[in-house]
Amino acid sequence: MNNKFKPQIADKIFKIVLYIIVFLVVLLLCGLLGYIMLGGIPYISWHFLTSSSDYIYAGGGIGIQLFNSIYLTVITLLISLPLSFGAGIWLAEYAPNNWMTDLIRNSLEVLSSLPSIVIGLFGFLLFVIKFRLGFSILAGGLTLAFFNLPLLTRSTENAIQNISDNQMFAGLALGVSRWEVVKNIIVPEAFPEIITGIILSTGRILGETAALIYTAGQSASIVDFSNWNPLSITSPLCPLRPAETVAVHIWKINTEGTVPDSGKISAGSAAVLLSMVLFFDLIARYSINKKNKRN
Amino acid sequence: MLDPIQIDLKKSSTASRREKKGQYLTFFCIGISVLIIVALIFFITYKGLLLFLKDKVSPLSFLSGVRWDPNNDKFGALSMMIGSITVTILAVLLAFPFSFGTAIFISEIKSSKSKKYLRLAIEMLIGIPAVVYGFVGISVIVPLLRSTMGGTGFGLLSGAIILAIMILPTISTLCVDALKGVPEAYRYTSRALGATQWQTLHKVVLPIARPQVAVAILFGMSQAFGEAVAIQMVIGNATLIPTHLMSPAATLTSVITIGMGDSVRGSVENDALWSLALLLLLISLLFNLIAHFAMRKRT
Amino acid sequence: MFNRKFKLSCLILMTVTFLTACRPLERNSLTLAGSTAFQPIVEMAAKGYNLRHPGTVINVQGGGSGTGVSQVQEGAIDIGNSDLFASEKKGINASRLRDHLIAVTGITPIVNPKAGVKNVSQRQLVAIFTGKIVNWRQLGGEDLKITVINRSIGSGTRNNFEKWGLAGHSSMVAQEQSSSGTVCKIVGATPGAISYIAFPYINKKIQPLSIDGVKPSMQNVKSNKWKIWAYEHMYTLKKNDKNTRSFLNYMMSDYVQQKIIPKLGYIPVSSMSIKRSDNGTLSSSEGSHKNIARSDTNRP
Repeated sequence: MNNKFKPQIADKIFKIVLYIIVFLVVLLLCGLLGYIMLGGIPYISWHFLTSSSDYIYAGGGIGIQLFNSIYLTVITLLISLPLSFGAGIWLAEYAPNNWMTDLIRNSLEVLSSLPSIVIGLFGFLLFVIKFRLGFSILAGGLTLAFFNLPLLTRSTENAIQNISDNQMFAGLALGVSRWEVVKNIIVPEAFPEIITGIILSTGRILGETAALIYTAGQSASIVDFSNWNPLSITSPLCPLRPAETVAVHIWKINTEGTVPDSGKISAGSAAVLLSMVLFFDLIARYSINKKNKRN
Repeated sequence: MLDPIQIDLKKSSTASRREKKGQYLTFFCIGISVLIIVALIFFITYKGLLLFLKDKVSPLSFLSGVRWDPNNDKFGALSMMIGSITVTILAVLLAFPFSFGTAIFISEIKSSKSKKYLRLAIEMLIGIPAVVYGFVGISVIVPLLRSTMGGTGFGLLSGAIILAIMILPTISTLCVDALKGVPEAYRYTSRALGATQWQTLHKVVLPIARPQVAVAILFGMSQAFGEAVAIQMVIGNATLIPTHLMSPAATLTSVITIGMGDSVRGSVENDALWSLALLLLLISLLFNLIAHFAMRKRT
Repeated sequence: MFNRKFKLSCLILMTVTFLTACRPLERNSLTLAGSTAFQPIVEMAAKGYNLRHPGTVINVQGGGSGTGVSQVQEGAIDIGNSDLFASEKKGINASRLRDHLIAVTGITPIVNPKAGVKNVSQRQLVAIFTGKIVNWRQLGGEDLKITVINRSIGSGTRNNFEKWGLAGHSSMVAQEQSSSGTVCKIVGATPGAISYIAFPYINKKIQPLSIDGVKPSMQNVKSNKWKIWAYEHMYTLKKNDKNTRSFLNYMMSDYVQQKIIPKLGYIPVSSMSIKRSDNGTLSSSEGSHKNIARSDTNRP
């Protein structure tokens, strides 16, 4: 035990320091969020959210980019969720405790620490050039799925491991297979935590720029919103059309800077992006709460 | 001859068949993930070695050279490596106390309801795209440093501050997970023995959570090390060895981000950029190895 | 939940099968990529072209000049936009590509107005960018340290500036920015900063420098009195299709040349009184742009 301080005093100091730190972090958060939101909200209007962008004159909107961001997120999750779910379950439940598993875990960590531009260029060479998908939502989605895999796998694995082993023992004792215990008991139990992982990765997808520049492209091609046939290239659902997302749009107008109101557009887009993340977050939370109450 | 009952008994049970199915299915998933990683690593290694094998640049001059001037065939990566490492370490030093404190607050202090909102806000921070951080960096931090410290404002310190803000939510979320992973019963036991919250945390919770906290730091470091867009916007991108906090520097990622668009695939410049990517990969691997051994030692 | 997962996987498979179905429709699309400086012109022209040819979908991507030429060489895109001659880029086989000159842009050194210098000689300019002159006082300006800001290595603006403005000298290692917009902001905000940008980016917060008494103006570029200027190229493969040719013709039409290009601060190639080749040889440009246009329309 610590002889210099009485435990109670140490505890006091610890709490004071903690509160100061939290206060500073809160200040930073509020400052940052406030700066982005307050700076952006004045420029958000129905027109801004729905009209197509303009690269020369002031007054362009981000309508198509907004749709692209959401659609790309959906496609990416469709590809990466099942994979990372399975991978996470395997790591948590079936992985033998040997060097192979260690290697797999480590390589997943390496994958997540690679800069997104490298993954983007890999995706570009593989999907855009080799598989001849062109600059497209599909190429972008596949690339982003790569980069989402480690995060989602890890959060699934952690969520499952945090569930008490007793659940598994009880299930096994009843003669139920390990797989069914995982499927019917452990995963539903771990679901709220898994959802958190999904939200985190949704945020990453929505905000990703570097990996998309060379895969989903930087052009918001004209889209006909009355055409919902995914086979037509002017349809918003066509997975083979190039799709500039909101984040790429911010990057683009900031680096080219020919639009007179680029500052306003980036501020507005940043606020929209942030609101979207917040929106997803709240929905996820709401559904978790509802589920918990029902059980 | 077996009678029907014997046949039935010899067959695998429904449960074990389902078990097999699940095992195969999840193994398939991890298999694909591993395949992707192997392909990526192979691809980057291959592209990264071209500079040495095809263009005959000596690896030694690549690692120890200070001058990066692809137009005149000077490919020295040392200044960028130093830039990357310095900015990463600075960022983690800046971010860790705050994120760890926040994590402790969220997971250990039970009294306040505000922690729920704190966690919400921190998760929102993760959603802020790198471009926006870069945008905030250019419009707030750089002018601030310019007016207080002089110079252009672009440099190591701006980069480190932006990176610190960016990795704060990552480290703190992972730290929260680490602390929450410690069973609640341990805390009750400790408190019941008369320990204060600080003692409980210090002597009981932290030793158990430490490997996970190390992983959190590692994740923060790799995020900072690999971050490209935001850092490129604020660090100034000068391939010089930084001499003080305000001097403009370059990181491996910023040079790759800037250079890729303007270089022609297959040219020496492009190969050199891929070699930088390979270097990035190797250093990330090194980080991982270190953390791995650190964890093993403690547990 | 897991059944749902399988359904999702099936959905992805179905999406992948769209590839075969979706592809034929892409014949009517045209993809351009490359130089970001050139992009606004192309975007705007693409809009105008769409009004005339509603069936064609035009995708304009940025990515930088290097990306533009290398992708067109690989056949990944139809037209590659570039600020540089393909022959100036290492790793490009220029003989496989066809060059179309569309517009010209002037490039000027810019300084922060507080430097108090408005005119330099070319030798002084070289001395500044190679680090031999370090204070504006040495040039009769204020007592301010000179901060050089470069565009990134490989960028068209930097290459052209070093080639024509610094007489082939390389600029010293200094801060690098990847975009003209950022360069403008930094020079405008940092006392003592110097950099270079294309004419369309000039604004009131920065001071363009005259060189040897010649002002950076459109008129001086047209007559080649101002030497630092660059072509905006559109590269195609020698073997290109009808859509590509039709779009290139549109780029040379009066509407694009006389309306769009000047409006964005560029100089139409048709109004240049001089033509410059990749090695710097000058020739009179009378009717040269028409030749380009004709040579394309006449192709089978």
